[in-house]
Amino acid sequence: MHESLRRAMLFAPGNNPGLLQHAGIYGADSLIFDLEDAVSIHEKDAARILVRNALATIRYPCEVGVRINHISTPWGFDDLAAILPARPDFIRLPKCEEAEEIKRIDDIVTKAERRYGFPEGSIRLMAAIESPRGLRNAFEIASASPRMMALAIGGEDFATSLKTTKTKDGAELFAARSMIVYAAREADISPIDSVFSDLQDEEGFIRETELARQLGFDGKSCVHPRQIELVHRVFTPSEKEIQSAQRILKAYREAMARKAGVVAVDGKMIDAPMIIRARRTLAHAVAAGLVPQEDLND
Amino acid sequence: MALIQRPAQAGTLESSDILIMIAPGEPGKGIVISLESPVQKQFGRRITSIVTRHLQQADIQDAEVHIQDRGALDYAIEARIETAIARATAPADKEPGNA
Amino acid sequence: MINAAGRFIPDTLPGYRDIRPYAGPFATVPDGRRAGQKIKAFRPGTSKVLASLEEAIEASGLKDGMTISFHHALRNGDRVMNMVMQTIAAMGFRNLRLAPSSFLDANDDLIPYFESGVIVAAQCSGARGRLGAYLTTHRLQEMTILRPHGGRARAITSGELHIDVAFLAAPACDRMGNINGIEGPAACGSLGYAMVDARYADTVIAVTDHLVEGALCPVSIPQHLVDYIVPVSSIGDPRGISSGALRITTNPRDLLLAKLTARVIETAGYYREGFSMQLGAGAASVAAGRYLRDIMLRDRITASFAIGGIPGPFCDLLDEGIIQTLFDTQSFDARAIQSLRDNPRHQEYDVDHYANPWNKGAMVNHLDYVVLGATEVDVDFNVNVITDSHGTIMGAVGGHPDASAGARCTIITTPLIRGRLPIVTDRVQTICTPGETVDVIVTDRGIAVHPSREDLRENLMKARLPVMDIKELRDLAYSITGEPDPLPITDEPVAVVEYRDGTVLDVIWKPQD
Repeated sequence: MHESLRRAMLFAPGNNPGLLQHAGIYGADSLIFDLEDAVSIHEKDAARILVRNALATIRYPCEVGVRINHISTPWGFDDLAAILPARPDFIRLPKCEEAEEIKRIDDIVTKAERRYGFPEGSIRLMAAIESPRGLRNAFEIASASPRMMALAIGGEDFATSLKTTKTKDGAELFAARSMIVYAAREADISPIDSVFSDLQDEEGFIRETELARQLGFDGKSCVHPRQIELVHRVFTPSEKEIQSAQRILKAYREAMARKAGVVAVDGKMIDAPMIIRARRTLAHAVAAGLVPQEDLND
Repeated sequence: MALIQRPAQAGTLESSDILIMIAPGEPGKGIVISLESPVQKQFGRRITSIVTRHLQQADIQDAEVHIQDRGALDYAIEARIETAIARATAPADKEPGNA
Repeated sequence: MINAAGRFIPDTLPGYRDIRPYAGPFATVPDGRRAGQKIKAFRPGTSKVLASLEEAIEASGLKDGMTISFHHALRNGDRVMNMVMQTIAAMGFRNLRLAPSSFLDANDDLIPYFESGVIVAAQCSGARGRLGAYLTTHRLQEMTILRPHGGRARAITSGELHIDVAFLAAPACDRMGNINGIEGPAACGSLGYAMVDARYADTVIAVTDHLVEGALCPVSIPQHLVDYIVPVSSIGDPRGISSGALRITTNPRDLLLAKLTARVIETAGYYREGFSMQLGAGAASVAAGRYLRDIMLRDRITASFAIGGIPGPFCDLLDEGIIQTLFDTQSFDARAIQSLRDNPRHQEYDVDHYANPWNKGAMVNHLDYVVLGATEVDVDFNVNVITDSHGTIMGAVGGHPDASAGARCTIITTPLIRGRLPIVTDRVQTICTPGETVDVIVTDRGIAVHPSREDLRENLMKARLPVMDIKELRDLAYSITGEPDPLPITDEPVAVVEYRDGTVLDVIWKPQD
């Protein structure tokens, strides 16, 4: 099975019906309805009911998750109790610092799945690392539950916890970004980059997304629909990359059919990593609508 | 029978939202609803019936309800009336915002 | 009777001529000759400049029961219509027929003249605000007639609408009566609407706040059409005439619509060197122009011409050479006014030339694409742009039916739902543009193609655009909003929506309270 791509994960504030009901039309790969920072403490009760109803009644064309308040706040557990019956595709835990937090949520989710008759394991989890302590435990967090699908970096909070500020060139986050990619890759889940909040600065956004892609991130969190197209553009392979990937996979398929051991394209030997990269390139090309889905089938 | 402990409201006046205010009604007067909506003619009946159904389900007999709709869809109307009822009927120590 | 658009039309309507029901976009064939203005001979030495509106009105020979007209190029900044009506009312005239090219927000002040019987009939492209509501709830002595721009030009040139006195807001005027719209404190750009009135009205009065000594140049409306000139302190508020430079929207839904629309233009089948288009002035249309620019630059394709009301961003395309010529009946912002003044390939032209169905070929007939908006669309592709969810008149028919009838591919761009209202419905409240002249509906959740245009549908499918059946779009809209209750209306007709050829396309009925 191909895991669906998570290039652009769009946040929508959880107490805003207008934004919740239209969030699905902009082509995001994932939606995250936010009960945390986007909702004032006086509206936490209202937002979780609104988000629950949106999940239960609106059809979205992609996966939809909910960012809950941390379970150490007065709202985290109530968020879970309200949201889980509506079967979100995933729960995103902010400010995660220990694997134990994931295990507790996993427990609650498992019970909810049994209670509401959802297939076991169908509700996934992701965590955002926003502090050095969370970063130190990143791999344990990433592998704390088979439900874990992604590990994100919360850049603004991370920079604050370092007693610095997030800049556009991102020097202060460079090590943290890389370590999160290492932890996520070791646990075989998706690393997701932080949001970029200056909506006016398209070039800055593209630069940061290119950096994230180069570091190994699968995608980026977005705070505005306009950013989705830019993320997709950065993660879309070039025509040359696509053709090369197609040639590699074709040669590989032919070699498999011939039961030949050695595969070469354009006089170059092809090894396993090249085949994996070629598949990944094509998956992105399919997602961008540049090649038909059939090209991905072996 | 549930009692409205205090006047309460939920929702906003943003586009696609709805602001619902409920207050204790005069005993025996039943549920009295006033509705203001840009889609009164097309959906007024439906909005009123959703709100009434929630109040009945909460076993509220008498209430004054003032609704300012900004074109909310059913899911938002249901969420706002549910929240308003929860806020209006919560016991004093659990009053939202007193956390 | 039921007309060819499927609408019930009564056999007679109070205060309206014999009814000719709509029979199809090109069913009516005209016969006869064009109308003309009364012949007059001004001798050398005649002075046209009069001291006051009263004097000019008196000189015009205006009588009770006559028809007067205005143009709406000064839009919400216009002061002339209200000023003239105030004077006319004060002079004691009654029973006048008011036939401006359109009403706008600034015309709520006219309501007292309707109430007091100074005005007893209205013929226009549309109305808004309290005046729109008034015309929806009050049956005038004659049925209110709503005509598309091309239909108005046809009615005037054919003599069906005879204008006794035309009052022309003139941004710049010389003492001989030459007028243009690109100079003066109330510059509005093109005078495309006024040009037709000037040629056919018996008496033409120019009202100006910029009387130029010597000879005005360039001339849009020539002196030989103008009877009198009245200098006043101000004909319009520039802030209401144009909103500076129109900005490209940042609303993500409009941008999504714009991108889809640009892709439809690119792939539907008429996008090639020298193609032609009309893009409306709505947020999504203007933004579509921006996306289209990138596509055209990439492909090194230029458009031979663009027409319609012209917003500033299209002038950028003209300057960049992406569009070769702009034909302008109405300039939408300060940038467009400047471009009309400075760029010789930005051509002013009149509404007869733009959209009249009864001439030897209007520009709309040569359109490859037109992109238009909608208040509602139905499963038969009929479009409403004039009545709102209360059944109230709140818009103008404009050039919508004209461009739709003329273009090879008519694209309607609209969100699938607005607030809680489904925009693709079973049946529009009022038909302004018949579905048989509409080809593609672009919404933010899917695209529908008219069943008669299998060719377009195939092209869009090939381009992997999200093509759906129009009924699927309607079902999708209803699944989000719920099915609306039908709007309660009375059986009292208040206005007639005429098609371009003067047939009755639909009737607006007074809504229930």
